[in-house]
Amino acid sequence: MESAPLLEITDLSVTFRGEAGESTPVRGVSLSVNANETHAVVGESGSGKSVTSLAVMGLLPKASSRISGGAIRYRRRDGLTSDLAHASDGEMRRLRGAEIAMIFQEPMTSLNPVLTIGEQIAEAVRLHLGYDRARAKARAVEMLALVEIPDAARRADDYPHHMSGGMRQRAMIALAMSCNPALLIADEPTTALDVTIQAQVLKLIDRLRLETGMGVLFITHNLGVVAEIANRVSVFYAGEVVESAEKRPLFHAPRHPYTRALLDCLPARAKRDENNRRILNPIPGQVAPVKAGCGFAPRCVHARAWCHEVAPALEAEDGRVIRCHRWQEVA
Amino acid sequence: MDDKENFARPLLETRGLSRAFGAGNRVVRAVQDVDLAVYPGEVLGLVGESGSGKSTIGRLVLRLIEPSAGDIVFEGESIAGISERKLKPFRRKAQMVFQDPFASLNPRLDVEAIIGEALDAHGLYRGARRRARIGDLLEMVGLPASAMGRYPHEFSGGQRQRIGIARALAVEPKLIVADEPVSALDVSVQAQVLNLMQELRHRLGLAMILISHDLDVVELMSDRIAVLYLGRIMEQGPAADIVAAPRHPYTRALIAASPKADPDATRVPVALTGELPSPLSPPSGCVFRTRCPHAQAVCADQVPVLRGEGAHRFACHFDLAPQSLG
Repeated sequence: MESAPLLEITDLSVTFRGEAGESTPVRGVSLSVNANETHAVVGESGSGKSVTSLAVMGLLPKASSRISGGAIRYRRRDGLTSDLAHASDGEMRRLRGAEIAMIFQEPMTSLNPVLTIGEQIAEAVRLHLGYDRARAKARAVEMLALVEIPDAARRADDYPHHMSGGMRQRAMIALAMSCNPALLIADEPTTALDVTIQAQVLKLIDRLRLETGMGVLFITHNLGVVAEIANRVSVFYAGEVVESAEKRPLFHAPRHPYTRALLDCLPARAKRDENNRRILNPIPGQVAPVKAGCGFAPRCVHARAWCHEVAPALEAEDGRVIRCHRWQEVA
Repeated sequence: MDDKENFARPLLETRGLSRAFGAGNRVVRAVQDVDLAVYPGEVLGLVGESGSGKSTIGRLVLRLIEPSAGDIVFEGESIAGISERKLKPFRRKAQMVFQDPFASLNPRLDVEAIIGEALDAHGLYRGARRRARIGDLLEMVGLPASAMGRYPHEFSGGQRQRIGIARALAVEPKLIVADEPVSALDVSVQAQVLNLMQELRHRLGLAMILISHDLDVVELMSDRIAVLYLGRIMEQGPAADIVAAPRHPYTRALIAASPKADPDATRVPVALTGELPSPLSPPSGCVFRTRCPHAQAVCADQVPVLRGEGAHRFACHFDLAPQSLG
C-alpha cells in the first residue's frame, strides 16, 4: 500500500457540552482507510465509534459539540486533500453524496418517506452528477438492480414504507452508491436485520467494494460481522483506539487485554467449569468515566497501580498499534 | 434426556398451540400448531428470525395473550381456558424476564417497590420480612441490598436486567420465560447476565424458555432447541444435535448465516436468497419452501410433519445428506 490513504484521521478529539459540563467521548483517535479496503471500527456502547463516524461526515450536533483536536484528512478525487475536521458546511455538502456516502442502522434516517425510492436516487444523481431526468431515472433503476432488488423497474415506484426492512436497507445502499462514492461510511448497517438478511447485505457491501474500489469505514458492535467483512480492525474502548491490526492477527493473537477479554466473553468461547457447565468469561464491571490513566484499567485483570495513574501511549509493533502499558508482559 | 422423556412429566406442554391476529382476509397466523414441552429444570431455547412466532409463543404460554386454538398444560392441568382467578397459582409459578430493561421497570418506583409489587401480588413475605427478602433477592442477582432505595435510571442496562431477574424470581417460580434477555446489552455485560442466569437456573432448579434470535446464545444456554419459521416448528431436539447435525434446510441456513467471530471459519455458501414471505399470505405446504434450495413440487402441496428418531425431530419432506458445519 504505497499510495496515501483515502481517509486519515489523526489524533481526533470530540468534545460535548452538557449540563454537567464538558465531556470528551473521542480522545486522540487515529485511524486510516485505504481505497478498496474495509476498516472496521468495533466497540461497545459509549466507545466513541459512532461519534467518530459523525465527525468524519460533518454531522456532529453543532450546538453541543465540537472537534477539539486533530485532523480528518480526506484525499479527494481531484487529488487534493480536505481536512474534514475544519471544512466549511458548503465543502462538506459537496463531498457528502458526491464522494463520501453514509449508510445507517435505520434506513429511514436517510430515506425520504414522501418520495418514491426511484425519485430519491434520481434526485441525488441529478444534483451530484448533473444527469438529466431520463438518465437519472435509468440510473435509479440500474442502482436498485445493482443492490439485487428484484423487479427493480417496478420497485423504483415504491415508497420506503412499502418495503421490508431488508429491502429498505438495500434501497438506502443503492442511494448511497448512486454517485459512485470513493468512501462509504457504514454505521451498524445490518444491526436491525435478521441474520439471513444480514448475510446478504454484508455480501452486497463487500461485492460493491470489490467492484468499485471504494474504501469502507464499517462501524459495528458485532465481532462476528467484523470477522466477516473487515480487512483491518480498530478496537475502541471509552473513546480511544486501544488496538488496531489486520483482521487475522487481531482475532488470532489479540494483544490488548480488552481485545482479548472481548473475544473471550463471546458465547462461542464458553468454557466448562468444574461442574461441567458451560460458562462465559465476562469482563467485570462496566464502562466507567475515565479519570486518569488507562480507560480500561478499572476492568482489567492485568492492571497495576500505574495503569490507573498514567495514560498509556500507542505503541506500534509489526503492523499493529496497542495502547497498553503491559501488553508485552501479559501477551 | 431419555430418562426425562420416559419418567418425568413435562412442567409445561403445548398441544396444537395456535394464535392468529387480525380478522377477515387479513389474518396473520403468528403461531400454528406448535407442540412443545419443557421439563422441570430444563432450558428450552426458541430460536428464529422476525415473524417466526417465538415471542408470541412466550406470551401464549404465560397466558399474557389467549390462544386461538390448542391447549397449554402446566403441571398436568390445562390452563388454556381457565379464568384469571383460577390462574392465580400459575401466575406465581411462571414468570417473565423481558428484553428491554429500560422499558420493563417502572421509572417512578424505587427498586424496593418494583420487587415488592411482585411479592404483594401473591401475599408473600409481608411485614418485616419483606425488606429482608428484597435484600436477599438483590444479592442473589449480584447487586448490593442497598440498591433497593434507588430508581431504575440510576442503574446501567446490565444492572437493570439483574433487577428484572430479581423481580421474576421474587415469587419463587418454577418456570421463567426470558424473551431476548440479553439482546439489548453489550457483549461484555451480556456475558455477565448469561452466567448469572445459568447459575440461578442450577441453584434454584428453574425451568426456562429462552427466546432469542442469537443462535450462539441459545446454544450456550439450552438443553433443547426448537427452531421456528413463520409460526411453525421446523426442527427441535437436543441443543448439541441441532447445532452439530441440523436436519432441516432452514436450520442449516440459519447456522450458515450467523456471523462467527473467527476470520477462518468455514463459511458455508448457503446465503439464503429472498426474504420472509408476507405472513398475511404464507406459502402453501411447507412455509419455508419459497426460500429453500431443496424445494420440490411436493413441498407446495403438503405441510411436512415433524419426524425423526428419538428426541431430534424435523419438518421436511426430504432426508438431506448429513452436513458437516465444521
